[in-house]
Amino acid sequence: MSLLSLQGVSLSFAGSRVLDGVNYDVPASQIVSLIGPNGAGKTSLFNCITGFYKPQQGSVRFDGTETLRLKPHQVTRLGIARTFQNVRLFRQMSVLENVMSGMHCRTSAGIVDAILRLPSQRREEREIRDFAEGCLSFVGITEGWDRDATTLPYGWQRRVEIARALATKPRLLLLDEPAAGLTAGEKLELIELIRRIRGERDICILLIEHDTGLVMSLSERVSVLDHGVMIAEGTPKEIQANPRVIEAYLGVEDGEASLGL
Amino acid sequence: MPDLPSRPSSWGGLSAILDTPMKRGVAIVVILVSMAVAPLLFGQYATVILTNALLYVVLALGLNIVVGYAGLLDLGFAAFFAVGAYTVGIATLHFGLSFWLALPLAVVIAMLAGLIIGAPTLRLRSDYLAIVTLGFGEIVRLAARNLRETGGASGLSGIDSPWLFGWHIRTPLDFYYVFCVLAIIAVIVSVRLANSRLGRAWLYVRHDEDAAEAMGIDRVRVKLAAYVVGAVYGAVGGAFFAANLGAISPNSFSFQQSVLILMAVILGGMGKIPGVILGAFIVILAPELLRDFGDLRLFIFAVGLLLIMLFRPSGIWPARSRR
Repeated sequence: MSLLSLQGVSLSFAGSRVLDGVNYDVPASQIVSLIGPNGAGKTSLFNCITGFYKPQQGSVRFDGTETLRLKPHQVTRLGIARTFQNVRLFRQMSVLENVMSGMHCRTSAGIVDAILRLPSQRREEREIRDFAEGCLSFVGITEGWDRDATTLPYGWQRRVEIARALATKPRLLLLDEPAAGLTAGEKLELIELIRRIRGERDICILLIEHDTGLVMSLSERVSVLDHGVMIAEGTPKEIQANPRVIEAYLGVEDGEASLGL
Repeated sequence: MPDLPSRPSSWGGLSAILDTPMKRGVAIVVILVSMAVAPLLFGQYATVILTNALLYVVLALGLNIVVGYAGLLDLGFAAFFAVGAYTVGIATLHFGLSFWLALPLAVVIAMLAGLIIGAPTLRLRSDYLAIVTLGFGEIVRLAARNLRETGGASGLSGIDSPWLFGWHIRTPLDFYYVFCVLAIIAVIVSVRLANSRLGRAWLYVRHDEDAAEAMGIDRVRVKLAAYVVGAVYGAVGGAFFAANLGAISPNSFSFQQSVLILMAVILGGMGKIPGVILGAFIVILAPELLRDFGDLRLFIFAVGLLLIMLFRPSGIWPARSRR
């Protein structure tokens, strides 16, 4: 059964159609990718899944629960975490505090607990810290935890953002162009990291990515969105051979080049 | 990796200077001793002024949670101060409750007021909150001025001073020590909240609402918590203010009052506890110290404030220590 299932999702902004009746299924414990030309609606689709946009039509079901009426924080609680296309770490806060934000929805201490420093609150604070530290180590950041997160090198910030998403204990992780701006070496590390997230933590991964080399080597299934319409879906091999996909990527020859043929 | 500055804490540089428990202990003892002996050194007039400054420390620390931590611009904070003062006044005068029963009542009513004002408006962007709180502040003041229960323009007088375990809290010196305790509690609560799950959530929401929501934080709920905690600080300050003076009138809760408290928060350095305390002392002590200048004193005070904002826009207190 699919972990995430979209049925006929349509989204318009001021009369222009961004998504047009998108049907999309993400099977459990897979790594799947969503590709498409710029402006195809990929990030909009992410925003529909995570509750930031409200599509006018359609349904989004996560593990059987309709998520369209939920607010973003409720969707996260349900088990969908995300990163942003442009890294959005919390400014003037440490690396560790950034990652600790993910644990907010898995913990419950309130005003009174904090003021009285009850044993349960202290235990919970330790738990938050330990889990966040575990997530940072998992993504390979083992030092500089008390530094201002936004002063870290760019590649590190991307990994902190992934650690922060992991700290929400998700079952599905949405990565919006995780390789953008990374060096070739960092991209290889990212591929390794994504495989480990799925392999060791059993988290299903959906990524948007322009680096087709990365997409094809990593994904079990690839879907192609063009002008708000899902035009193809299949294994990386099938997608690379699909004439509609090649055409969508700016004419046949350029398309072949950018799909790595 | 290059040596980067660590992030500023709510202690704003102090945590770097007072880096060992020993130094911190000494600093705390010095502060407590100077608080205890100050009235003996400076005499009765100064004690009254210092008491007022400590009241502003409580109020400013409360507003700091709303403005400094959660980033919500509240222009009507004096309303909660009024709710606290009038609840104590009405409950003790009209219903014969003791101060210690009226105090929790004031807290509950302020929380309710905070929820009623905050729940609908905190969904909106913060600019709207500024407008709504400005209106709320005026509504409370005008209601107090026009209702019979609140004594109209002349206010309420003859509010009994409280007893505590056989101690009649009555003289200016008594109240000075009561406000010392209140200010210390206000600092402790502020510190504990800042270093908690909720305190961090306020910062997340202030820095990036969308990212905070994506991390599973309910931004409306978190902001409401800050607003209500601020309301409680205001109400507690107001309750003791009423007990101290024995008389309250709508003039004490004007828009200028809200601005003065906000000024204390911004002047010292939003979000930084020592800065806010310093700000509270400045807004109360500066006009007193400038008394010799007669009519010019408010002018000089205003120019001083402008200069501070011009040259230290993020507050007097240093955000980071220089190493």
